[in-house]
This record gives sequence, C-alpha cells and structure tokens, in this order.
Amino acid sequence: MSVQAYITRQIPEEGMSILKKKLNVSSWCSENVMPREDLLKHVKGMNGILCTISDNMDKEVLDAAGPQLKVISTLSVGTGHIDVSECKKRGIEVLNTPDVASDSAAEFTVTLVLLVARRLLEGMDAVKNGEWGLWKPMWICGFEMGGRTLGIHGLGRVGFGIARRLKPFNIERIIYHDLYHKEYASSVGATLVDLPTLLAESDMLCICCAPTPQTIKSFNKEAFAKMKEGSILINTSRGVIVDHNDLDAALKAGRPMAAGLDVTDPEPLPIDHPLMKNPKCIITPHQGTSTWATRINMAKAAASNLYISLLGH
Amino acid sequence: MILAQLHSFQRVFPGIRAARLLISSLPQQDFIACEKVMSTSAKPRVFITRRVPECGLALLKAQCEISQWNKDDPIPQSELLSSVKGVDALFCLLTDKIDAEVLDAAGPSLKVVGTLSVGYDHIDTTACVKRGIKVGFTPDVLTNAVAELTVALLLATSRRLKEAMRAVEDGSWGTWKPMWLCGPGLEGSTVGIVGLGRIGLAVARCLKPFAVSRIVYSGSAERPGAKEINAEFVPLDDLLISSDFVIVCAALTPKTKGMFNKDSFKKMKKTAVFINTSRGAVVQQDDLYKALVDGEIGAAGLDVTTPEPLPTDSPLLKLDNCVVLPHIGSATHTSRSAMSELTARNILAALNNQPMPSELKIS
Repeated sequence: MSVQAYITRQIPEEGMSILKKKLNVSSWCSENVMPREDLLKHVKGMNGILCTISDNMDKEVLDAAGPQLKVISTLSVGTGHIDVSECKKRGIEVLNTPDVASDSAAEFTVTLVLLVARRLLEGMDAVKNGEWGLWKPMWICGFEMGGRTLGIHGLGRVGFGIARRLKPFNIERIIYHDLYHKEYASSVGATLVDLPTLLAESDMLCICCAPTPQTIKSFNKEAFAKMKEGSILINTSRGVIVDHNDLDAALKAGRPMAAGLDVTDPEPLPIDHPLMKNPKCIITPHQGTSTWATRINMAKAAASNLYISLLGH
Repeated sequence: MILAQLHSFQRVFPGIRAARLLISSLPQQDFIACEKVMSTSAKPRVFITRRVPECGLALLKAQCEISQWNKDDPIPQSELLSSVKGVDALFCLLTDKIDAEVLDAAGPSLKVVGTLSVGYDHIDTTACVKRGIKVGFTPDVLTNAVAELTVALLLATSRRLKEAMRAVEDGSWGTWKPMWLCGPGLEGSTVGIVGLGRIGLAVARCLKPFAVSRIVYSGSAERPGAKEINAEFVPLDDLLISSDFVIVCAALTPKTKGMFNKDSFKKMKKTAVFINTSRGAVVQQDDLYKALVDGEIGAAGLDVTTPEPLPTDSPLLKLDNCVVLPHIGSATHTSRSAMSELTARNILAALNNQPMPSELKIS
C-alpha cells in the first residue's frame, strides 16, 4: 500500500514536486484556508499531512485522520496551531521549517524598526494627501539608530539575525533577555539582562520569543509601564504575547512611544479594534517570511521533512 | 569726530568689510579706537532664510546681527532679494535659489553662503567663486540619517508595504497565504550602489549583514572605503544588468542629470528594485513611470522627485510598485540640529577668516 500524504493548501510547485515523486499526494487546490469540514474529511487515512498555521491541528483532526497518521509537517516555524503534546502521545512526529525562514523574518523586523523610527507611513500618507509642501527642517523628523540601545526578547535565530543587521547602524548597545545565556551573543556584543532591565533600557525592543505559558500576554500594562520614554516596540513573533488593549492604552500614555506589529491576536485584527486606528501603531499583515525565495524554501523544507519522515530517506 | 563719522558711515554701509576699508588709512591711534568700536558694535549681519533648529541660531546670535525669515514655509524669491541687501553671510536651505541675481542683490559685503544641506545644486557655485564668496555645506552630520532612510525605503519597497498597508486598512487582509505579498529579499542578492560617496558607503555597510551576496558600485573612480566591505567597482552598465537592487547615492551634477532613463531601465532586471534618495533630477521621471508600468523593472522607492513636492495627481502615486516619501532623508532631530550647528560654524569661521569646518571646494 503506497504512502498517502495530504497538503492542506496550494504550495509552491518546488515543494509539490518533491512529494509527488514517491508519495501518493492529494491536496486542497486553493490559496485560501481549507474549511473545517473538508479538512476533517480529507485527512482520513493519511500517513502524513503538510499543513499551514491557518489549520487547527487538534485532537479532532488527529482522530479524523486515524491511527496510521505518522507525521505532521507544517509550513512555518511556529507550531502553536498543532496540539503537540497530543501528537507526542500518539507517536506522531511534528516537523517545522525554522532555518530557512529566519533571514526574511529578521529582515522584516528590521524593516518595521526603521519604518516606525523614521515615520515612513506618515511620510507616504503626506505625499498621497497633499500635505507635502516644500522642504522644511523639522517636518516628520524621526530618530536615528546611532547611540541607541537595541533590546531583543528571545535571542534565537531571528533575534540574533536582527542584532546582526542593526549593528552597523551605529547602535550603542545590544541587550537581550532569554531563558539562558547564548554563546553566539558575544559575536554581536550582546549581553544577557533580566526582563525588567530589558524593558527599562531598550530604545528599540523586539519581541522574538516563542509563545509559551510564560510569554503569552507578558507584554501587558505592567510591562509597558516599565518601558523607556521614547522607546519603540516591535512584535514579529506571535500576537498572543502582547495584550493589545493594554498596548493601545500604553501608546496613548506615551510609553512606548510607537509600535510595529506584524502579528496580532486574532489575525487579522478586527477593523474596529482601537489599535487599527491608533496613529502610533503600525500593523502589517503577517509578512515576516514573505519573500519568494523564503516561501519556496519553506515549501521545499516542509515537503522534504514529510518525505524523509515517511520514507526514511 | 572720527567715531561719529564711523557710526554714520556704518549706518549707510553696514558690514565690517566696508567699515574696515574706511578706517584702514587712518592714523594708528584713530584706527585702534575705531577697531574697538567696530568689534563691539559692528556685528556682521547674517540673513537666515527660514526657521531653523535653535542650536545654530544660538551660535550665530552670540556674534552676529541676525535677520531671519522666521517661518516654516520657504521665503519667496522677491523677499529673499530684498532681505539679503548688504549682509555678510547668508544661511540658506535647499529650497532657496542662490543665483547671480541673489548674490548681486546682497552686494560686495557677502562673504559666505552656508547651506543647510549636503546637496548644493541650488547654488550657483561658479558665480560664488567669481565673487570670492565661500560656500559651506553639511556633509557627514547627515550621512547616518540618510543611509538609514535609504535602507528603510529599500525594505519598504521590496517588502511591498504599500499594498500591505492598504490590505490592512480596507479589510482585504484575510488569513495567512503562502505566496501573498511576497517580494524579493536581500538574502543572496546583488546590490548596486551608484555613487559610493559618504552616503553610498554607509548604505553598503548597513546592507552587508542582510546576507547580500555581492555589492557592486559605479562612479567616476574607485573608492578607498570599498575594500572594507568587499564592494567591486564596475562600469555602470554592468551594475544595471546584474543588480537586484539599484541604489542611487550620486550627487546631482551636469553629468548625472537625467542619467536614469529609458535605456537604463531596459538594462535592469525585470525584478529589480530601484531606490533614489539623492536628487529627483538624476532620473527621467516619465521614463521611470513607463518602466514600472511596462514591467521593465520590479519596483521603485523615491525620497526625491521632480518636482518637489510631487503633485497628488502624479501617475507615480497610483502605482502599487512605487513608494514615494517626501524628502525626509535627513529628517531626524539629531541630524537637523547638527546641520544647523555646522552651518552656523561654517558661517562664523568664514566671517572670522578662519578655516571652515565644511567648506565646499569648488573646482
């Protein structure tokens, strides 16, 4: 009996072709999310499933698939949409795509830091709305990276990538908070600090930690009150780490001064959420890894993960 | 008697130079007395063409008599012509046209023009040289701000921020999709910098850790700073053909005016991202529009345009693959204050016959 795999979304051909070679592959031929009933129907009898973060891979899906399900391979770094402990219980391997995604995610985080610091969206809007007059010395002035302290919450691949990219911008100091000291931190001159210090001393604070019981909703009223005056907060990790209502209030109180979020909870954020109207908050639609090369590499990696896990080579 | 004459002379002919000409032929005692008066009462006159950051103003106030167009909007040319009469120094901005007419209106007292910018295409430098007028400008203090803005603009353009923000605002942002709003990344790319001067070099240094595979540059000659970042000096055409990102950091000169035209865009990759933070006039803007519409290049990010401001009905603004910023390259509090202070120091140095911290060497 041939090995059966199901792909829950249309993915780049480079990924598809890897799977088509030796597996019996069926897929949901749309770039939109699979409706729940269809997901439960199509996973029946599958040995492997390639999914995305939009698919809620919970007990119900695992039951619908059946005991022959051996592996779930996700087209993402995050695994919050998969019931990992239940998979462990059933001996189902869970695989993700960490290495290929870090560069574009770090690049996008730096994009947000600069966008917020230099008020780029205000500039773009001013051009569109006819507010751009002749050159003026103090109009739309932002702040420079020079002499600033960069703070990274979670010095993993993405956090480290951000530190490396911002270093040549004459950053004065790089500090990070993590569960433990990272060897590679010294290569960018980053020092480990506790969370209160990170909050109090960072001019640019980037959230790069995974969502865990400790980090979920940890950026709340109390945390914002500790942040530095004039600081900016960037989140490209997961929306659940931030309390969005508290952030809205904190921005209105001026601490932090501005924020850039590529991830929210929920995604998308409802159009009438106060943060969507807050001029101090830029929200981008989860584009952290949206470069052609990265998505193709993620597809190839997710496909290879599935293929190798199922066939052993 | 002599002093009274001096005072009335100064009222009619303000400016230290004119007064000094008068007293230079006096007997020593009288000369010394007049000098003393002049140094305490005849402060050099400076006209400032706009409201500028305080630090520069404070420096000048200590030694000079200031007249100023103390507004946020530019001074009309007619006002400028009447305000500069008899001044010793002119503190101007890039929006002021400092041509022969303005220099003549100022008269022989004008010793120095200090511009609050690194660009000087708004100043008739030949006319300045002819009249023995020194020109001060503000390189270096704005380099980091402009380099950062250039990188920010490159990232905003390549990562399709314009379309992304629209999707967020109009509610078309749905759930995550694998190929939605993907753009070219810097990872593994070739970056081409046209003009590896102070700003170009700073941009190259900032882009290096983005896993860029190759940095090339073009210009009139090889640059010493290029070695440190492994940037290769290549002919312009090679740069256009091979670069994924073309970044213009060259000064506007008769040579560079309109250098980016239909032919240049044709040579570039169809996926190329074109970034200009130097001066609008280095680009044939209509050709750029056509190139973007016809898919000759992938996208463009501009901080400078022709004209400035760009009219709101400009066809460039309707394009998804064109980001336009309102010339905010050096718009940081740090830079603008430093520019103000440097312009003041340039002016004071010239007035005191000392070497200027940043004199524009005009060939």
